[in-house]
Amino acid sequence: MSKLKIQNLTAGYGDFQALFGIDLELNAKETVAIIGSNGAGKSTFMRSIAGLLKNTPDAVQFKGENIGDLPANKVVEKGIALVPEGRRLFPSLSVEENLLMGAYSKRKGPWNLNRIYELFPILKEKRNNPGTALSGGQQQMVAIGRALMSNPELLLCDEISLGLAPTTVKDIYKAFPAIQEDGTTVLVVEQDINQAMAVSDRIYCFQEGRVSLEGKPGEVSKDDIKAAYFGM
Amino acid sequence: MDWVNTIVQGVLLGGLYAMFATGLSLMFGIMRLVNIAHGDFIVLASYLALVVVTSLGLSPLISLVIVVPLMFVIGYVLQRYLLNKTLGDDILPPLLVTFGMSIILQNVLLEVFSADSQKLSAGALDIASITVSDQLSVGVMPLIVFISGVAIVGGLQFLFYKTELGRAFRATSDDQDTARLMGVNNSHIFALAMAIAMAVVAIAGVFLAMRTNFDPTVGPARLLYGFEAVIIGGLGSLWGTLAGGIILGVAQAVGAQIDPGWQIMTGHIVFLVILIFRPRGLFPRSVD
Repeated sequence: MSKLKIQNLTAGYGDFQALFGIDLELNAKETVAIIGSNGAGKSTFMRSIAGLLKNTPDAVQFKGENIGDLPANKVVEKGIALVPEGRRLFPSLSVEENLLMGAYSKRKGPWNLNRIYELFPILKEKRNNPGTALSGGQQQMVAIGRALMSNPELLLCDEISLGLAPTTVKDIYKAFPAIQEDGTTVLVVEQDINQAMAVSDRIYCFQEGRVSLEGKPGEVSKDDIKAAYFGM
Repeated sequence: MDWVNTIVQGVLLGGLYAMFATGLSLMFGIMRLVNIAHGDFIVLASYLALVVVTSLGLSPLISLVIVVPLMFVIGYVLQRYLLNKTLGDDILPPLLVTFGMSIILQNVLLEVFSADSQKLSAGALDIASITVSDQLSVGVMPLIVFISGVAIVGGLQFLFYKTELGRAFRATSDDQDTARLMGVNNSHIFALAMAIAMAVVAIAGVFLAMRTNFDPTVGPARLLYGFEAVIIGGLGSLWGTLAGGIILGVAQAVGAQIDPGWQIMTGHIVFLVILIFRPRGLFPRSVD
């Protein structure tokens, strides 16, 4: 049985429809990347799974349970955590307080403050600094650490390389094997196609709110991706 | 020595103003909610205390044991089932709804209790004082009010910065969507914040009733003092609110010392001067 099953997901903002009947499946311990140009609906898709946008109950199935209509605070209790686009750290909270907020749902699991500090040692040094006073890369580490603190079974990472230097992106992705070690399934949205291909078992390409391509990194050609990405 | 006395009395009065203001500061700091009915809730608490004192024969201070939990529950229910529905990008709905509540509260109180002025007597405490020197005495009741004000601000500061609930308050205030992603139920958190604010309002209302006469129409003036203290101190800052209350109390006391008719106006003038030179108040929250 798949870990996450998305069926005919439609979502939008007011009168604007961003997603048109998305179908997607994610198996346990798998890492799947979603690529696509700006405005393709990738972030809307992630927000829908995380419960920030309401849907029909059966549009999102997690471990066989319909959760499409659950609010975000209930979705995280089920074991899904989102690293939102733009990090969205809490400006009035320190690094450590930001991380502790991640544990608000009290889900049991392998992740705690010490383990996050082992994964990202720089955060321990900066734990009393305001989260937003850190560099972009360090803020991204806080955002990932904060999501892990909820001990998710499915980690959603939305554009974690956006606006970061390539070396910083590499450092952040280096943490992924440790995250997956405990069986965490990962769904990443990534604009950097090479990065997406490197970290994922499968990729989906979104175009104008629809899935335009699905496949394994080794099996899809650059031309396939170009066509799916740009609709050429 | 007259001036020292004036300033001491002003500081003590500031403790009460800080209490008026703390609830407002909490509501604005967490929910960005400007509660126009705040002063009327203070008066409601005064009347609840009056009912408890007259019906059960308790001392006004003991009535806090009943009035504070009651106002806590009223605050929770009000926020959860009414005010949460008004919150959003537009600040007008909560302003209009709380303005309406202000009118309703005043008229209900008027209907039930009449326009007669009331006061709660604390017995011997009303006139008890501590003599510091020949020319300076400090009233025990104003001192209790001031110490309570400082304790409330200190307690709330602890709650905000040292507890998980306080962290959730601050996170929700920063970014509601992201707080929900952490598992925070914003509706419940907002209702809890309002409940705590109303508990503070209850204490302020009981002390108001013990310090001075009250009737159903005195709420808006308490709201004004509360607003001035919050804005002087800096929006969302608890210690700033205490400082704002004290500055306002001292300004009014100094004004009254110069000429009794100048008491209220001096407070407003000091408020305006601070607003001109420090529009965000003296101790604004850095992230606002």
